[in-house]
Amino acid sequence: MNSEFRERQPIGVKNLSKHGHTTWLPPVRKIKQQISTDPTLTPEYTHILGIPEFTRRATQLALGKDSPAIVESRVFGIQTVGCTGAVRLGAELLRSCYCSSSSWTHVFISLSFLEDSLAGTFKAAGIEDVQYYRYWDAESNGVCVENMLYDLENAPEQCVVVLFASGHRPTGAELSQEDWKRVAEVMKRQLFAFFLMSAQGLCSGSLEQDAWPVRHCVSLGLELLCAQSFSHNFGLYGERVGHLLCVLKQNLLAVQSQAEKLVQTLWSCPPMEGARVVATVLSNPAHLESVKAIAERCMLIRERLRERLRLLGGPWQWDHIIKPGGLYCCFGLNTQQVDFLVQKKHIYLLPNGCLNVSAINSRNLDYVAESIHQALSSKR
Amino acid sequence: SAPGFRPCVPLAAPVAVFKLTADFREDQNPSKVNLGVGAYRTDEGQPWVLPVVRKVEKMIADDHSLNHEYLPILGLPEFRSSASQIALGEDSPAIKDNRVGAVQCLGGTGALKIGAEFLRRWYNGTDNTKTPIYVSAPTWENHNAVFSNAGFEDIRPYKYWDAGKRGLDLEGFLSDLESAPDHSIFVLHACAHNPTGTDPTQDQWKQISDVMKRKSLFAFFDSAYQGFASGNLDKDAWAVRYFVSQGFELFCAQSFSKNFGLYNERVGNLTVVAKDQDNLNRVLSQMEKIVRITWSNPPSQGARLVAITLNTPELFAEWKDNVKTMADRVLLMRAQLKEKLKALGTPGTWEHITEQIGMFSFTGLNPKQVEYLVKEKHIYLMASGRINMCGLTTKNIDYVAESIHEAVTTV
Repeated sequence: MNSEFRERQPIGVKNLSKHGHTTWLPPVRKIKQQISTDPTLTPEYTHILGIPEFTRRATQLALGKDSPAIVESRVFGIQTVGCTGAVRLGAELLRSCYCSSSSWTHVFISLSFLEDSLAGTFKAAGIEDVQYYRYWDAESNGVCVENMLYDLENAPEQCVVVLFASGHRPTGAELSQEDWKRVAEVMKRQLFAFFLMSAQGLCSGSLEQDAWPVRHCVSLGLELLCAQSFSHNFGLYGERVGHLLCVLKQNLLAVQSQAEKLVQTLWSCPPMEGARVVATVLSNPAHLESVKAIAERCMLIRERLRERLRLLGGPWQWDHIIKPGGLYCCFGLNTQQVDFLVQKKHIYLLPNGCLNVSAINSRNLDYVAESIHQALSSKR
Repeated sequence: SAPGFRPCVPLAAPVAVFKLTADFREDQNPSKVNLGVGAYRTDEGQPWVLPVVRKVEKMIADDHSLNHEYLPILGLPEFRSSASQIALGEDSPAIKDNRVGAVQCLGGTGALKIGAEFLRRWYNGTDNTKTPIYVSAPTWENHNAVFSNAGFEDIRPYKYWDAGKRGLDLEGFLSDLESAPDHSIFVLHACAHNPTGTDPTQDQWKQISDVMKRKSLFAFFDSAYQGFASGNLDKDAWAVRYFVSQGFELFCAQSFSKNFGLYNERVGNLTVVAKDQDNLNRVLSQMEKIVRITWSNPPSQGARLVAITLNTPELFAEWKDNVKTMADRVLLMRAQLKEKLKALGTPGTWEHITEQIGMFSFTGLNPKQVEYLVKEKHIYLMASGRINMCGLTTKNIDYVAESIHEAVTTV
C-alpha cells in the first residue's frame, strides 16, 4: 500500500479521476482530434487578447449571458496562460491603470497556510504591499466571516482584495450567499474585488451557483477583475487555458488597449490549442453536464471519507468535510501531523492538512482515513 | 468615490504591424498585397502548415497514452534539451560539460521575458534596474517593451543600420560597444536581423565578440529565424556557437514560431549557457521561481510537437526539408524582385535585396514612398520600409516591382 504513494505527486493540486490520473472532460479527446485534422485552421498568430470565440464564451460562462455588464458592453475578456497568467496580467493592469491616488498599492489576500505564489505574483507585477485578511478559523473548521469582514472594513481605502468566488484554495471553505452580500457591501464602499474562480462548476455542481459572488458584485455596479481557469473543470492542465475578465464602468477601449500592451511584454499572444477546445465545448451545453459529474464524484468522496472517519471513532467532528463542495478540504493539522503523514504514511498533502479530495478513490480511501485518524490521535 | 480604474486611462497606440494587417484585411482592392506581418506565406499567399507538423499533430491527438498533466515549471524536458541542441549543435562542448540548460517559454517573447526578469534580479548583484540594455537601431519593436516592463530603466540603441550605404554600420556598432559601460547587456540578433535583414559576417562577428569579451558585455541572443535565413540550421547558428566557443556565458531566446509555423502555440526556449554546472543549476532554480509567478508552467501542445519532431530521425529530416522549402522560396522572391527592379531601370542600387537575409528586407524606401505604396497601390508595408519577402508571390511580384518603381521615380 505504501509503495502506491511513494511516487505520488502531492494530493494538493489536480482533479484526478477514480484511477488517480488527470482526465479530460469526455468530449475533449474528440474535439482535439477534430482540431488536428481540420484543414481550415491556419497557423497564424492569435489575436493578442486571444480567440474571440473563447473570450466571449468564457465571459458568458462567468457572468451569465444576460449580465448587465455584457448587455451594456462594459466587459472585456483576455485569454491568458492559465489562472496564474490571468492573475499576473490582472496585477500588471492594476499597477498600470488603477486608481489615481498613490496610496492604493495594497493587495489583500486571504490568509492561507501554504507558500503561496499568489503574493509573489502581485509583487512581481510591482505591487509590493501584500497584506492578509483572516479567513479560515481552526476552532470552527470553517470560515469566520466576522473576522474577515472586520479586516476588510479596516483595510486601507481603494485596496484590492483577492476573493475566491468558489473553491477556496486550499481550504475549500466557502462563504454563504448571505455572507457574500455582506462582503459585497463593504467592497462597494471602498475596496476593489479581484476574484479567483479556478473551478467553476466543480464546487456546487452548478456553474451559476459557483459564479454567484461575481455576478452579485456585477449587479451592484462594481468594477472588478476575475481570473478564471479551465484546468480543473476541463482537465486541460497542460494546455494552460485561463481567462481574465474585466468589468468596468467606462473607458473600456482604453483599458483594453493598455492590457494589450501588457500582454505583449509577457507572452505576445496566448496559445491556441486549449482555448479552441474550451470554446468548442462551451458552445454545446450538453458537454457541460460532464462537469457536474465531476462535482458529484467529489461530493461522494467527501461523504464516504466522513463516514470512514466517523467509524474510526474519536472526539472529532467531521461535518466540515461535506459542507463545502469542490476539490479542496481542510483538516487543520499541525506541522508535526502533516510531517507524520508525509514521512511515515507517504500521503502528500498541502500544509495544515488541506487536500484535494479527487485524489482519493476506492483503493486508498481506507488508508487515507486511517492515516488521518492516526495523525490526529498522536496529537502532541 | 467607489474604487475602480482611472477614468483618464489613455488609449494606447495599436501595435503598428497588427494595425497594418487589420487595414489590409479591410481593403477591398483586388490587387492588394500584404508585405507587413512576419509570417510565412506560400506562393498562393496562404499560411503553410508544415507537412511534418500535420503528421505529428495527428500522432499526438491519437495517442491515448499521453497524460494531460501540468508540464514541469521549466517545461517539457525532451523539448528543452533538443531545442538547445538545435541552437548549439549536438556536439557542443558546452553541452558535454553539462553547463547548458533551458526553460521552455511562451514563444520568443516569453523567453526574452524570463531572461530579462532573471537578469534584473540576479545579473550583477540583486538590483540591476540601472544596468544599460542595448538594442540595435532599429530592432524588433517589442524588445524595448519587454525589457522595460521587466524593470530595466536604461534601454539604449546601438548603431546598426547604415541607411546611406544600406548595410551594417560596423564602425558605429563597434564604437558603441567600446563606449558601453562594462557589464552592459546587449541584445543580439542571432541571424536574419529583424527588421533590416542585415547580419554581420563571420569576420565581423569575431570583431564584435572581441570587444564584448574584453568589456565583459553580456550577450543575450534573440534567435527567431534559425533555418529561415540560409535554409541551413547550423549555418544560421554560427554566431551563437562562436560566442559559446569563445567562453561566453550567454542567453539565447529561441522561437519556433516561424521555423515550425507554430505561431499560435507559443513555442519558445530560453537556452542558458553558464560557466559550469553548479552555476547553471542555481540560475535555473531562480528562473523556476520567476516562471512560477508569471505563467506557472508552459503549454504542452507545441512543445510536445517540436520535441517529437526533433527527437525522431525521419521526422527531423522531414522538418529540415520543410524549413529549406520556406527559405528557398524567400531566396527566389529576393532574386526575382531584384531582377525585376533592375530590368525596370529603377533608380538606386538594389543589391541589398539579395544581400539581406531572412524574411525581411529593408528596402530603403522613405516614408512618403511607403505612404504612396499603401494608399495608392494597396501594398501594405511598414513605415520603416520593411517588407516581408513571404508576402511576394509569382502572381504579385510584377505588380509590386512596378509599384516600387513608380514610388521611387514619382514620389
